[in-house]
Amino acid sequence: MSGGLYSMEEKDFDKNLNLKAIKPYGDTMNDGKVQLSFTLPVPAGDEAVEAAKQLIKAMGLNNPQVVFYKELTPGFTFFNCYGSATQTVDFTAIHVPKVESNVMDMPATDEYIRENIGRKLVIVGASTGTDAHTVGIDAIMNMKGYAGHYGLERYDMIEAYNLGSQVPNEDFIAKAVELKADALLVSQTVTQKDIHIKNLTELVELLEAEGLRDKVILACGGPRITHELAKELGYDAGFGMNTYADDVASFIAEEYVRRHKKQ
Amino acid sequence: MNSKLGLDSKKVAYARQLAAGVAADVQRFVDGYTTVAVERTLCRLLGIDGVDANSVPLPNVVVDSLKAAGVLGEGALFYVGNAMVVTGKTPMQIAEEIADGKLDITKLEIRPKAEIDKALEAPIKASVEKIKARRKRREDYIEKIGEGPKPYIYVIVATGNIYEDVVQAEAAARQGADIIAVIRTTGQSLLDYVPYGATTEGFGGTYATQENFRIMRQALDKVGEEVGRYIRLCNYCSGLCMPEIAVMGAFEGLDVMLNDALYGILFRDINMQRTMIDQFFSRVINGFAGVIINTGEDNYLTTADAVEAAHTVLASDIINEQLALIAGLPEEQMGLGHAFEMDPMLENGFLLELAQAQMAREIFPKAPLKYMPPTKFMTGNIFRGHIQDALFNMVGIWTNQGIQLLGMPTEAIHTPFMSDRFLSIENAKYIFNNMKSIGDEVEFKEGGIIRTRAKEVLDKAIELLEKLNEEGLFTALEKGIFADVKRPRNGGKGLDGVTPKGQNYMNPFIKIMLGGK
Repeated sequence: MSGGLYSMEEKDFDKNLNLKAIKPYGDTMNDGKVQLSFTLPVPAGDEAVEAAKQLIKAMGLNNPQVVFYKELTPGFTFFNCYGSATQTVDFTAIHVPKVESNVMDMPATDEYIRENIGRKLVIVGASTGTDAHTVGIDAIMNMKGYAGHYGLERYDMIEAYNLGSQVPNEDFIAKAVELKADALLVSQTVTQKDIHIKNLTELVELLEAEGLRDKVILACGGPRITHELAKELGYDAGFGMNTYADDVASFIAEEYVRRHKKQ
Repeated sequence: MNSKLGLDSKKVAYARQLAAGVAADVQRFVDGYTTVAVERTLCRLLGIDGVDANSVPLPNVVVDSLKAAGVLGEGALFYVGNAMVVTGKTPMQIAEEIADGKLDITKLEIRPKAEIDKALEAPIKASVEKIKARRKRREDYIEKIGEGPKPYIYVIVATGNIYEDVVQAEAAARQGADIIAVIRTTGQSLLDYVPYGATTEGFGGTYATQENFRIMRQALDKVGEEVGRYIRLCNYCSGLCMPEIAVMGAFEGLDVMLNDALYGILFRDINMQRTMIDQFFSRVINGFAGVIINTGEDNYLTTADAVEAAHTVLASDIINEQLALIAGLPEEQMGLGHAFEMDPMLENGFLLELAQAQMAREIFPKAPLKYMPPTKFMTGNIFRGHIQDALFNMVGIWTNQGIQLLGMPTEAIHTPFMSDRFLSIENAKYIFNNMKSIGDEVEFKEGGIIRTRAKEVLDKAIELLEKLNEEGLFTALEKGIFADVKRPRNGGKGLDGVTPKGQNYMNPFIKIMLGGK
């Protein structure tokens, strides 16, 4: 099934990079190569391979190749495939909303808070709803932090409270009021059936109902969270993959200063 | 056994002695108390099952009525047994009448203890025989159709729908899995009741119910016969319903149960007093039913650093072993947990993992150790993840682990696709076969990295056990000794379900089940 060591495909396409119409890159500009794997709920065989090829074509990929297939259990066949993208994207027209802050490290953030706010910021965090995962909130808040980025508990100018996992939204808000929180952090790891969306939305609604929404800086985070999604749901910021305590702390400090200047 | 690591057997014996002291101290506390979960378990052992008109399980109805009357400490057996004497009805009929508001068993005249004992004899015998028959069924099956070699290949299914889980489980068994674990729905550990019936909705897992257990066991029996290998079924005897799930598993022929109070305390914020009491009875049942328990020490390394905190895993394993022995659970049923969780970028990290796994093997020679795959450092780079899992599998076969909980390349992304499970099983089978006897062939250099590391971890574990022995497990947990997590003695969930045993309290099952097979 192999295509052989050397690609004998004709390469009669334009090999110049055009940022207005980019395509995936395999080993030649604009070859459009895409690697896929998926399972179809049919028995293995020539018909299954043909079905896989047709599916790949329907996805907008030319020259579909099934390089491996195997029936995982009767009636389900797994495929590894390649194809060439026909669609392109205008890279020059892309605009992605991002958290607008200058990311500072821990000492710089502490210094910034000392100079501009003059007291410790109170930050309360939790993994809310039924979500039992603490890995996200721990990575941001625990003393130790994650991947060499110290957590909020270690900051001199931040009073950090990590409420742990499975905290109901009502309890979370009650604790925030009790501690006079300046900022709230919500971590959501479990995203099956979009449970995180429901849960995040509920928190915003509860805060609004209690007239607290404008009094706190509200941020959420998790592997499936983007800043864009967070803004849509009514949060001030969203922190996704590859963000650390530094990103969160600098954002909160700067946002606090920004808000209090306005008043 | 000759130690390949040059471990000092006297040190190991000393560590055990320290842990035995810690365990005995916990048990002195446990013996004086009961909980709502223990009492609900006893109701189930009397044959009380089903739900009332509001879907409240009948064991909850009975136990809540005792709690409301302030007599929980006298125990369910005393009151239900007495009601049997007075009314001449079966425990199930009594439960239904309580549910209908027709009967208050706390207001009946109290009959002599001998009469109550006599009334309870038949239902007690029935459930003990039922569990024995289930155990025998497993043993006969294994004798007849055989089982996979160790390490057993353990994979999870987690669709939320028990019928979809069956499809995934059958596929996994055909691909080579030996143990199917049905992950529970998020949050079930915090429910103070066990849902009833077959379920088709769940988040990140499927409800543990007795009916779901039955459906999956039946499916695995069938596919086991097809592939010529007994396929074990695993669920979770943890959270607020530990002993109840144990008894449901014992009735339905589950083979493996996660069963670790320490895990619940640290990671689910379950009250330590509650769950230690619950754990004891659940382990008595698991021991009697021939169920392998799995402990959750591997989780410590998801929050604490795997290199720095390695000794906490060992110390906890030794304590868990001693707690299990008190509950009559033989070493052959102790799937003590540990994990391959070091940072993959660490120089010689593989050697440290190998040292850790070999050390666990030598210290617990008879235990079917449960070896957990990398999770903390798994990312969206599924290609590197697959290699991390390969290294993990190498250590598994090299050190002869009992239960290899297979890692999935997509660990950090989603609950496994059917194809993820296939790739993982293929990975494990390839390595287990290709490196089968490496453990017999290779020895470790004296004074080398591996031997030195094992010695270091054992020494640190002993230091920790000395401290634990002095201050007790509860105090240590309050100080955050495991997993960098601190838990107050009176905090967490479930403490209001704990009560001291009263004068009339009885639980003959402990004696029967500890009395041997």
